[in-house]
Amino acid sequence: MKRKDIFLTSAFTENSVWRQILGICSALAVTNLMMNSLIMGVGVIFSTAFANMTISFIREWTPRSVRMMVQTLIIAAYVILVDIALKAWLPQISKQLGPYVGLIITNCILMGRAEAFAMQNKPLDSFVDGVGAGVGYTLVLLVISFIRELFGFGSIFGFQVLGAWWTKWSIMVMAPSAFFILAMFIWFINTYYYKVKA
Amino acid sequence: MDISAFVLFWAAIFTSNILLTNFLGMCSYLSVSKEIESSIGLGVAVFFVLTATTALNWLVHHLILVPLHIEYLEFIVFIIVIAAFVQFLELIIERYAPALYYTLGIFLPLITVNCAIFGASLFMVIRNYNFLQSIAFGAGSGIGWLLAIMMLAGVRRKLKEKMIPVGLRGAGISLIITGIMAMGFVGFSGIVQIQ
Repeated sequence: MKRKDIFLTSAFTENSVWRQILGICSALAVTNLMMNSLIMGVGVIFSTAFANMTISFIREWTPRSVRMMVQTLIIAAYVILVDIALKAWLPQISKQLGPYVGLIITNCILMGRAEAFAMQNKPLDSFVDGVGAGVGYTLVLLVISFIRELFGFGSIFGFQVLGAWWTKWSIMVMAPSAFFILAMFIWFINTYYYKVKA
Repeated sequence: MDISAFVLFWAAIFTSNILLTNFLGMCSYLSVSKEIESSIGLGVAVFFVLTATTALNWLVHHLILVPLHIEYLEFIVFIIVIAAFVQFLELIIERYAPALYYTLGIFLPLITVNCAIFGASLFMVIRNYNFLQSIAFGAGSGIGWLLAIMMLAGVRRKLKEKMIPVGLRGAGISLIITGIMAMGFVGFSGIVQIQ
């Protein structure tokens, strides 16, 4: 399989969020602001790509019985890097994301890609696959947070686009809206992208 | 935080439910909620592990990580503590309560990757709880999670024979039900605020 196809498959056709319903904890939690979603997405792209590559590098020397633990530790190492970098350079956003940066470790997407792809494929291919999975995830986050921020705050990436006449929908800032929007998004994708029929 | 452990316990169940307001533990919540029996089994297992690991992680954090100034390793250490505790629990249950092992045991491996467990430990550190508060928060979060998965399993059983749009079946409709439940729980939020 060509690298481009690997990327497209992992980012779109087999997207972790809408196809496999993985990693939605953080997809719901950080989507109240677009900036938070973008930073979170970059963190996930970085950790998935490098964790996938590292796991693929050592796949031949990893005993099957302890592979889960090895994968988790490698993932955790990269997530710690992301966390330290955020704390140093973007302390404000790091505070808003709170525990959800650390929760990238238990994000099922990373473990899923490691098990499904990195354990069988070459390091570079795994890297591309990881970037694809991360990009697919970031895309979903940006779509959800676009709707939530626009209606909830009247802004996009913090810039006010809707004027003072706009009544802010407080439900969009609260938890329930995230569930509804993700559900609608999955419905839309299933109907128009996969064209599922009864 | 100068909030009493008792208040925190109730707050963790209702006003800031770990699943309905903090979105933690969604993966197993969506995949195991097809049957009421298995969702109760998983919920009870989550409750026990969450309470115990939050307390354990508090001890590890305050007695080992802080004195040695290696707080940045907390992610790795917490994960190892949780995984080790789950393994240990599995051995104990298998040895001394085989009947319980057959009903609860199959859920234990699922728990290591349940982000509610890990998330509760991280919240405990970020919000600076003391030992008693941590136990109360862990127990409350566990019960809150059990409550949420039981409610979803109950609703999903009623929906089994209903005409749901094809694209919405499975995850989609579960998310909408969860959204409605979360709206209900927003009603509690005026009582006490623990963010």
